[in-house]
Amino acid sequence: MSFKSTAAEAAANPLVPHTAELIVGAIAFTLLFLVLRSKVVPMFEKAFAARTEAIQGGIEKAEQAQRDAAVALSQYTAQLADARGEAQKIREEARVQGAAIIDDLRSKAQEEAARITASAHASIEAERQQAITSLRNEVGTLATELASKIVGEALDDQVRQSRIVDRFLEDLEKSK
Amino acid sequence: MRSFLLTGSGGGFVPPSTADFNLPPIFGHNVYTTKPIALVALSVILVSVFFIAASRKAAVVPSKLQFAGESIYAFVRNDLARDVIGHEFMRFVPYLFTLFTFILTNNIFGIVPLLQFPAMSHVSFPYVLAIFTFIIFHAVAIRKKGLLPYLKEIMFMPGVPKPVYILLTPIELATFFIVRPLTLSLRLFANMFAGHLLLLVFILGGDHLLKGVIGLKLISPFAFTFGIGLTFFEFMVQCLQAYIFTLLTALYIAGALADEH
Repeated sequence: MSFKSTAAEAAANPLVPHTAELIVGAIAFTLLFLVLRSKVVPMFEKAFAARTEAIQGGIEKAEQAQRDAAVALSQYTAQLADARGEAQKIREEARVQGAAIIDDLRSKAQEEAARITASAHASIEAERQQAITSLRNEVGTLATELASKIVGEALDDQVRQSRIVDRFLEDLEKSK
Repeated sequence: MRSFLLTGSGGGFVPPSTADFNLPPIFGHNVYTTKPIALVALSVILVSVFFIAASRKAAVVPSKLQFAGESIYAFVRNDLARDVIGHEFMRFVPYLFTLFTFILTNNIFGIVPLLQFPAMSHVSFPYVLAIFTFIIFHAVAIRKKGLLPYLKEIMFMPGVPKPVYILLTPIELATFFIVRPLTLSLRLFANMFAGHLLLLVFILGGDHLLKGVIGLKLISPFAFTFGIGLTFFEFMVQCLQAYIFTLLTALYIAGALADEH
């Protein structure tokens, strides 16, 4: 009954609230609030969180892949540098070895040449010694021969003496 | 309502008035069975069912239904709550979300065929909502700052010369305790009330012209056309008012949480 009277008052003035509507409005709003708060908001938040996580997960995965690729790249670069260094080293070694071989050969050749020269010298010396020895023997004989001839001729003058020497030398020439 | 008007007018056109908002109970004399109350109850059911259905799966890749529900929720959550309130916004999202969807649905009932009555044009409902907002933003401020510091902040705004308080203190008190809840509820109520009245004028007027002589019959389509145009305009107002009510509530809460006045 009291509701009817308020309703009648409200007819005159639209700014006067109806008791029934106030009660229903409050209950309806509270009910809707409870439903949305307990059932809807948590679910939407869950979906948002899951979505954020999925996006972040994707980004993290991509970042991981990028990091892996960078590591692999640096590894390959390092390996390449190693290989280059090694090749350089090998070339260097080969060069050094080649030089050593050449040096070796050259010194051997020089030794050989020296040896040959030395033996030649030695044989020449030996022949010379032999020649000297034989010459000395011959000169001795000749000198004795000459001396006997000079003594035999009775050398009294200069001319004769020189003639005798010349003849001796001519004899020597002929006997050769 | 229309037949009531026509029989009441006795042939002449009676323009729609505030009496048109005073709908009789559907069942006998039970004032709990009026159309606005039925509409409010319907809105609770519709909003609950729609959003529960939309959010039930909470999928990472949303269905169309979930996307629709999520868009509305994200709008209230991000554009209203988060941007206005700041880092503590999550606590108030359920309230703001309920407020927005409840007001929006009941407003839009004003242009939904067969329903065609905005429940918010009955001032009781905006009053209830404004009282809730009033309680919440004061409670938030009192819990955050303490009762006396809060009252002191309202009454004696810092950085103002002392004589100005004679003028400022009553204004501030009135703002916080009377003007805010009153304007909040009346703005919503008046917009819905006036909008509905406007639609009634053009559509009932067009209907009445159709019953007149041949000259008047020719004018009737213009009234109807205007009524349809206004219906679209009303749709905009209905959305806007739901947005404004929620936005202002968020602003009041943000003010209550802010350290400086």
